[in-house]
Amino acid sequence: MDLNEKLLSSFIAFEDKVNVNDEVHEIRMAALKRFEQQGFPTKKLEAWKYTSLQSLLKKDFSIFPGSKHTLEYPTVRQYFLHETETFKIVFVDGRYSSFLSETTHDGVDVCLFSAAIEKPKYKHVVDEYFNKIADQTDALTNLNTAFANEGAYIFIPKSKAPVKPIEIVHFATGATPQILLQPRNLIVVEENAEVQIIERHQSLGAVEAFTNSVTEIFAHKNARVDYYKFQNDTMKASIVDNTFIEQHNSSEVSIHTFSLGGALVRNNLNFYQRGSHINSIMKGVTLGSERQHIDHYTLVHHTEPDCESHQDYKGIYDGRSVGVFNGKIIVDKIAQKTNAFQQNNNLLISDAATVNTKPQLEIFADDVRCSHGCTIGQLDEDALFYLQSRGIPKKEASALLMYAFANNVLESVKNAALSKRVKDMIAEKLGVKIGFDL
Amino acid sequence: MLKIENLHARVEEKEILKGINLEVKPGEVHAIMGPNGSGKSTLASVIAGREDFEVTEGNISLNGEDLGDLDPEERAHAGVFLSFQYPVEIPGVTVTNFIKAAINESRKAKGLEDMPANEMLSKFREKSSLLEIDRKFLSRSLNEGFSGGEKKRNEIFQMAMLEPKLAILDETDSGLDIDALRIVANGVNKLRGKDNAIVVITHYQRLLDYIVPDHVHVLYNGKIVKSGTKELAFELEEKGYDWIKAENE
Ligand SMILES: Nc1ncnc2c1ncn2[C@@H]1O[C@H](COP(=O)(O)OP(=O)(O)O)[C@@H](O)[C@H]1O
Ligand SMILES: [Mg+2]
Repeated sequence: MDLNEKLLSSFIAFEDKVNVNDEVHEIRMAALKRFEQQGFPTKKLEAWKYTSLQSLLKKDFSIFPGSKHTLEYPTVRQYFLHETETFKIVFVDGRYSSFLSETTHDGVDVCLFSAAIEKPKYKHVVDEYFNKIADQTDALTNLNTAFANEGAYIFIPKSKAPVKPIEIVHFATGATPQILLQPRNLIVVEENAEVQIIERHQSLGAVEAFTNSVTEIFAHKNARVDYYKFQNDTMKASIVDNTFIEQHNSSEVSIHTFSLGGALVRNNLNFYQRGSHINSIMKGVTLGSERQHIDHYTLVHHTEPDCESHQDYKGIYDGRSVGVFNGKIIVDKIAQKTNAFQQNNNLLISDAATVNTKPQLEIFADDVRCSHGCTIGQLDEDALFYLQSRGIPKKEASALLMYAFANNVLESVKNAALSKRVKDMIAEKLGVKIGFDL
Repeated sequence: MLKIENLHARVEEKEILKGINLEVKPGEVHAIMGPNGSGKSTLASVIAGREDFEVTEGNISLNGEDLGDLDPEERAHAGVFLSFQYPVEIPGVTVTNFIKAAINESRKAKGLEDMPANEMLSKFREKSSLLEIDRKFLSRSLNEGFSGGEKKRNEIFQMAMLEPKLAILDETDSGLDIDALRIVANGVNKLRGKDNAIVVITHYQRLLDYIVPDHVHVLYNGKIVKSGTKELAFELEEKGYDWIKAENE
């Protein structure tokens, strides 16, 4: 049975587990219908020209986790930001792990999507926000919506901020050797509120996990959202990460994506501006190696005057890895004085690595500042020799130049523990121990 | 200390060094002079281990150890230091972090732990005041936007921090005004000792007033065509290189 059929027949079993008498389920059913019509994306679609899911979809994924698997904190401690205090929403094989989690309802809600759609208390929030900005024309987003039941639910009321950052962590244990995970996150940040979120997907051992994640983020007037995606999974894991962000007046949302691991990684990052004086920030550091395929597909839609967007993606590709960057900027006719900046710089470390980079600008306003630039280069041989001649071995010297190349993005990480963690992850990936902080 | 025998090197089929012999003993300062394009920088790069140049004949040794098979970093660990004619700009890496990495990587190669922070700090203090380098300068990106003179001073600062056995200074004087020249020369002279040697590559006799050489060589067309004492430098200053060229046509 192919995955498509398997999914459709699993939906009946899924309906046994969820409340089928609410509006959420109506949304699910409508989404399933759309998915049925659309099917999985193929390379024929412009948006999937460089990224094929074909070989991934041939695997025999379990749609539901098998037997329940528990993890002990010490064995997974390394995957958390243990240097600093955090709230934690943790899932093991798609199931919530209360044991590893630390949620709160103290002033803010940091809890489970499944709980939010069950409890009357949250009904109005779910009704108002769930699936409101997720792209209905995107098959994988629809597929996620059809099975939407578990994930993180974060609600930060007016003028509040959680006392510590929030980590959303998904583990795949291998209790089910090939597993499809479809987390669904809903994040609402009200006027003048703030939040910092770290998201991570981690396979343990030889499990082949395919994550199809959807996150909807609403940032109201003057809200601040700082979101960090750590994509450092094993070479057997794949992810399609669909993130949708709606921003209102004077809000600022920044998404950092650190893509180091994973066989196939596709990020669909969509910003919808719905107000003025908005700032949308997208930054990424990508380190590809072996046969990794890492694809960033960004969209920012400017719909009102006086807004900004800043994109800065640094890609470093080694081995036979493939990188894709497609950055689309739409500036509506009324969105005068827009300042849209996009930068994508790439280094190819090996001859067999490739990168496809493409800006897509659709600008209908006449008084705007839009700048974009993409570069593809190699490590500077003169710089390498210079560093080596000072006693820094070639591998470390290369790593140092790569850090330096990505430094603009690394520097913009505000939280010190996070910043250190990212640098450590990069050093680990490059197989070096550089005895200092840049 | 440094022994070069019958060194031939080429780049892309073009022979640049055509049989160089040079012996530098511990405690000595040698100057290498010569017109543009004669191969001075190439010689310096080959000693430091740049792979672009292929050594086709001859050998280089440092204190009896053949450098031939060593990578540039291994040569640095053995005590070779090259002050670049054109130091490379590396945005995103600060002067401080670069030097710390260089020191600690050399220590690692010798099986030593990282240099303790306080020792590192006092070393930075001592050497930056020796070369009259502003502390603010140290947190700037390496060579990025530095003036010609700042780059050269920074090279000698690195040398002072790394304390090499053999320092090769490639046109360190170019871009320096007279005050900076004096400061840099003072830094170089601090390194002089019975166990160290210095090779100064220069066009002009000017620097040699401050760093007084024991021997002066003239490199022309890939060969050392003349050697002498510091008086040879005065002669070159006065007469230029035409007579050298004429003698070697
Ligand atoms: N990387 C290179 N590729 C090709 N030719 C080179 C290269 N480096 C140096 N040369 C040539 O070698 C000769 C010597 O250069 P160089 O060593 O820089 O001379 P000097 O330092 O004495 O001025 C010159 O003719 C120069 O053009
Ligand atoms: Mg030169």
